Amino acid sequence: MGGSSQQFRYWMLILPAVALMLIFYVFPLIQVLWISVTEPVPGLGNYEELFTSDFLHKIWWTTARICLLTTALTVVLGYVVAFAMAHVERQQMTMMMFCILLTFWLSVLVRAFAWVMLLRTQGTINEFLQFIGLIDRPLRLARNEIGVVIGMVHFMLPLAILPIYANIRTIDAKYVSAARGLGGSAIQAFLWVYLPLSRPGIIAACMLVFVFSLGFFITPAILGGGKVVMISEYIRVAFEETLLWGKATMLSSSLLFGVFLLLAIVGRFVDLRRVFGSS
Amino acid sequence: MPEGTPGARSGHALSLRNLSKYYGATAAVDGVDLDVPRGSFLTLLGPSGSGKTTILMAIAGFVEPSGGSILLDDKDITRLPPDKRNFGMVFQGYALFPHMTVADNIWFPLKVRGVSKADASTKIKNALELVQMGHLAERFPSQLSGGQQQRVALARAIVFEPDLLLLDEPLSALDKKLRADLQWELKSLHQRLGTTFIYVTHDQEEALSMSDNIVILRDGQIEQEGVPGDLYEKPATKFVADFLGKSNFLQGKLATKQADTFAYVCGGQTLVQKGAPDHAKVTGDILIALRPEKITLTPQRPSTTNAVAGRITAFNYYGSAYHFQVGTEAMGELIATAPAWTCAVEPSIGNEIWLGWEPDASVVVRDR
Repeated sequence: MGGSSQQFRYWMLILPAVALMLIFYVFPLIQVLWISVTEPVPGLGNYEELFTSDFLHKIWWTTARICLLTTALTVVLGYVVAFAMAHVERQQMTMMMFCILLTFWLSVLVRAFAWVMLLRTQGTINEFLQFIGLIDRPLRLARNEIGVVIGMVHFMLPLAILPIYANIRTIDAKYVSAARGLGGSAIQAFLWVYLPLSRPGIIAACMLVFVFSLGFFITPAILGGGKVVMISEYIRVAFEETLLWGKATMLSSSLLFGVFLLLAIVGRFVDLRRVFGSS
Repeated sequence: MPEGTPGARSGHALSLRNLSKYYGATAAVDGVDLDVPRGSFLTLLGPSGSGKTTILMAIAGFVEPSGGSILLDDKDITRLPPDKRNFGMVFQGYALFPHMTVADNIWFPLKVRGVSKADASTKIKNALELVQMGHLAERFPSQLSGGQQQRVALARAIVFEPDLLLLDEPLSALDKKLRADLQWELKSLHQRLGTTFIYVTHDQEEALSMSDNIVILRDGQIEQEGVPGDLYEKPATKFVADFLGKSNFLQGKLATKQADTFAYVCGGQTLVQKGAPDHAKVTGDILIALRPEKITLTPQRPSTTNAVAGRITAFNYYGSAYHFQVGTEAMGELIATAPAWTCAVEPSIGNEIWLGWEPDASVVVRDR
């Protein structure tokens, strides 16, 4: 029977990919889950802390606040850049794309320290603002949440620009023309026609940026100056310094479940397959 | 449209004065003067690149003219943005907003004018009834057929009672039978609304069947304008005769001239032609356009003034008519058509037949 030999070939062809996923993703993940319910003693004791520890609540809240703010700012700024890219000449578009990818290739450490140089009390921005007389005393831009958000937004921008650009590039200009021709002002045409048509790109960008932000720890650690602790940074400390593996794996697992939950909630309102490009 | 009909009262007149549009050094529209009468159905007809769409886009406000002006009832609207012109437009490919239902699409032009959906509901309903789409108000455009989308686009363009309705090849994406049906509907809609329609097409059949006036464009200029019958029967140029319908072209030399006819020699044969309005000026080389359906086909030499012998080289059967290609010694290959049920000649290749026509069946045309 041709069907079964066809099926056999199909499975053989995807076997390497499946094996890779099992060895490098699924197996370690199961191990993480396992540790979270066995260290230091078997049971759900680690997870109990999620509900009882005020300290953890504070970290979760900080994480959520920073990630939401970062996502909102990144997507708005990314939309502006993507919109410009979709409406300039091809040559300028290539130039813009190159600049965006260039920052993407720079080490996250280099960028975080560069931001510290710019934002610190005696940094370029503060000195410039004082020089032109706009401010008397330096603004506190680094070693706090403002610095963390600035650094994160900068890092995440390409992740917002690229999906939004990919989406709005496909919006036919005739819809905007139709809106204008039917009496809509430029703003009405944008708000009621263009923006709704770019919804899949916006949602993809939001998801991507938010999920990525959750796992961030280098930028918050450097730009937060140790004052802003996000969940990933805390996990790192628990793994490497305080050696509380049970707690660290519990938080990792919780983070993962949180992302799945978020996907499930968003998936109720939008077709995620379409958002992420499969039609 | 005659005075006293609704259109003559409610429609608006549009004029183009020396309108030009240059892209670099190329003129897409080159000094066009045009008057669109109140409530009329005017068609801009021409091949691609003739400037017809550019003119329509300039009227709509999407293309800024390089020169000249656009007047609506003597008011200059040349520099007005599209949304301030109050024109309805049916786009090529319809451009229905894919994220809105049919009803919301039709609400859109009212919404931008500050009308709430509740207040707009009667108008939306009436517009949908007008195009027989009342039952599909809650569908999305992607759930509609091409013909249904076309009707929705039309309803959306008329719901706010625009001063003008601009239609950019609205039927080009539809199949032949549907296109023919919608031609009837568009024409009757025009009569009921009384709005001035400006219609762009490259389809000569659409232009002939629906328009009050046709403007034929070529290379950004008006080649000829007039009522459909005049353009078809009295094309001024070879281009018009060729573009509007089909035509044979007979190249000849003037032989003798009478009061209102002249004789010319074409391929060694002398033929008689009724004179054109500028009969006096006819000299030397002349070009005659002869419609294929105006040729009588007979097995024997006919009694018509002009007669040419030939041999059928090819023929097509269309149910209602035969189309023949006939090889003649004097003037090469000619095309002729005959109603199938009264066709006097045996349709078979190689059959020797006669082609006959009277002096007033053909017209003198310029080769531009």
